[in-house]
Amino acid sequence: MHLRPFLASALRSATTGGWRYHLWMGSLTLIMVLGAYAYSVQLRQGLGVTGMSDHVSWGLYISNFTFLVGLAAAAMMLVLPAYVLENVDFARAVLVAEGVAVAALVMSLSFVVVDLGNPLGSWHLIPGVGYLNWPRSLLSWDVIVLNGYLALNLIIPFYILYNHYAGRHPARSRYLPWMYISVMWAVSIHLVTAFLLAGLPARPFWNSALLGPRFLASAFTAGPAFLILLLYFIRRTTDYPIADGAFSKLALITAVAAQINLVMLISELYYEFYWPTRHGASAFYLFFGLGEHHALVPWIRTAIGLNVLATVALMVHPVRRNPRWLMVACATLFVAIWIEKGMGLVIPGFIPSPLEEIVEYTPTWVELSVTAGVWALGLFVLTVLVRVALPIEMGRVRSPHLEVPHGALIIRPRSPRPRPERPVRPVRTR
Amino acid sequence: MSTDRMPEQPDPAPGQSLLEKPVDRRRALTVLAGGVAAGAQALGACTPLSATTDEEREIRVLAWREYIKGNYRFMTEAERAETIARLEQLARLRQGVDVTIQSTGAQPGVLFGYAFNISKCKGFRLCIEACINENNLDRAADTQYIRIFEMDEGAVDLEHADATFQHEVPAEGHFYMGTQCFQCADPPCVRVCPVGATWQEPDGITVIDYDWCIGCRYCMAACPYWARRFNWRAPEVPPREVNPNQHYLGNRARKTGVVEKCHFCIHRTRQGRLPACAEACPTGARVFGNLLDPDSEIRWVLANKRVFRLKEDLKTEPRFWYFTD
Repeated sequence: MHLRPFLASALRSATTGGWRYHLWMGSLTLIMVLGAYAYSVQLRQGLGVTGMSDHVSWGLYISNFTFLVGLAAAAMMLVLPAYVLENVDFARAVLVAEGVAVAALVMSLSFVVVDLGNPLGSWHLIPGVGYLNWPRSLLSWDVIVLNGYLALNLIIPFYILYNHYAGRHPARSRYLPWMYISVMWAVSIHLVTAFLLAGLPARPFWNSALLGPRFLASAFTAGPAFLILLLYFIRRTTDYPIADGAFSKLALITAVAAQINLVMLISELYYEFYWPTRHGASAFYLFFGLGEHHALVPWIRTAIGLNVLATVALMVHPVRRNPRWLMVACATLFVAIWIEKGMGLVIPGFIPSPLEEIVEYTPTWVELSVTAGVWALGLFVLTVLVRVALPIEMGRVRSPHLEVPHGALIIRPRSPRPRPERPVRPVRTR
Repeated sequence: MSTDRMPEQPDPAPGQSLLEKPVDRRRALTVLAGGVAAGAQALGACTPLSATTDEEREIRVLAWREYIKGNYRFMTEAERAETIARLEQLARLRQGVDVTIQSTGAQPGVLFGYAFNISKCKGFRLCIEACINENNLDRAADTQYIRIFEMDEGAVDLEHADATFQHEVPAEGHFYMGTQCFQCADPPCVRVCPVGATWQEPDGITVIDYDWCIGCRYCMAACPYWARRFNWRAPEVPPREVNPNQHYLGNRARKTGVVEKCHFCIHRTRQGRLPACAEACPTGARVFGNLLDPDSEIRWVLANKRVFRLKEDLKTEPRFWYFTD
């Protein structure tokens, strides 16, 4: 009964704003259009317009996919304390985290789709109509866990927001079980994505027991770092109350995860280089280059430099507690892990090839444009979700069918025509 | 052949001629769908939205019915015959070539194996040429299933091998070793495919349904022998060079964005012939045969030569052995 006004006010929230907001959304749209054009070129001519080859058969798309699955999983770092442990500091921030999860999932799924050679055949994945090779193929697991996590992160926040909109308290017993599932599910999406790569003995660079834990550690570094940046931006530009405690706790999570991530990096480097074997050729290529082939060396060295710098900075209390330095450290970490988990993980797995041939990879303008387009899509989705959620959470947008104002301010729809009289359900009070 | 199944005259409109046939649920659905021919537009067929000729209309209907067909592995014999008829007709309409596509199954009591004599191979690469011609490999991208590595005398060392040599062979101080799909008994590529578009047949050949493949390339990442190739662009084979003797799971036309690989010349070997590479080899380095036949040459090689396989530690159990004289 509140659904139509809910959707109407959501649309209104998403489409109204100042000139900066419109400029932001306009720019994202422009980038999406460019991406769509590049994708149309790829659809017409085939994946040959990318830099990929039979030797390096996954590139920028799958790199971004693996990174973004981690970002999606990291929302758990807020969901767990906020709902399960009932930490009040995170209560206001958790919907934002879930918005990040949705946006990250939209991006990861898009990256998989743009990477398909035969995207029109995707219906072959639907069990019953097509054939899903489950449980044998890890990619089929990924299809299930990613879509399931997307559903969880859409339905739970919708339930909560909708109830707030309707002036009710969401029933804990209704959503809490799903929260528990969602927390475990978050771990599973990133583990499954790591297993997808780690399960291939053909690629010794990925075929490591450490890959799964390493994925989680880097995700719980980059994810909260991104959330800190986003929450800080929200606090600066709106009057949405986010507790200081949320920042300090998130910063602590980021700092701990970043250190664990570094420990794992050190283990990896030791394993590969104390006694270099043939299986370490990819790592050698990545960190030092093989012969005249060393395209990734500057990237990974930059990533590791930034990673170490930011991690050390976060370990120093005064630096971590200073908002400006915290922002710098978080942005640095985010970029470092994007390089390391993306280009630095997927591409060296293919170099050298299983027959020890070396073919390098450089993305083309089509790949770069499609990638930018997908990122713009994700940021667009994130902006809309945040834009819709915040006014409801602040009590500024409420169902017009409510008689008793629930929040401090009620913005009624600007519709001039009188609404028909309807019996109004009384609002439950605490 | 198959012309009785697919009327060539497109008059009256193909939709109508289909309707005159006994209609089951699937057929009704496909005819309906054929009406919504705009869907075929999305198939990448660059035909204009309004087909001008009956031929274009027929192509569109055929392409749509090809789009909605199932996985070959689970098709009934009748469905297999239908899709083959459609594919043969499409080859006629699109490229003007008459091809025959078999659906010959695995023969009982046959398990194929391959042995490669690294003492005999001289690096002539006639096998590669024969493979390209036999299997309608993409000439534009110069796709090759076989790689011949030139190695330094002394050790089997892929790190220092070269598969792109361009000089007179055999070169002093070198020996030659060929790779292709090893038809593993426990193939990682099959395990990882999310849609079951690739599987192992009872005679040991791992095949691909090119029309069921979604092009995710997970199998390419999973193959320890770099045996799989992708159609990065539309494959090109000049119509007069097309080998018309084809198999659904073998050398029939592939499309953009799907994976392919060596299939031990399934269209030849299931009829008792040798693969094109083995037939083309002038040195006798290639031994192909039935592992279940105790009198076969391959069994003799396995019993009397010291054989080895690449990367045995991965336990994929290739059915491709190397040996020396």
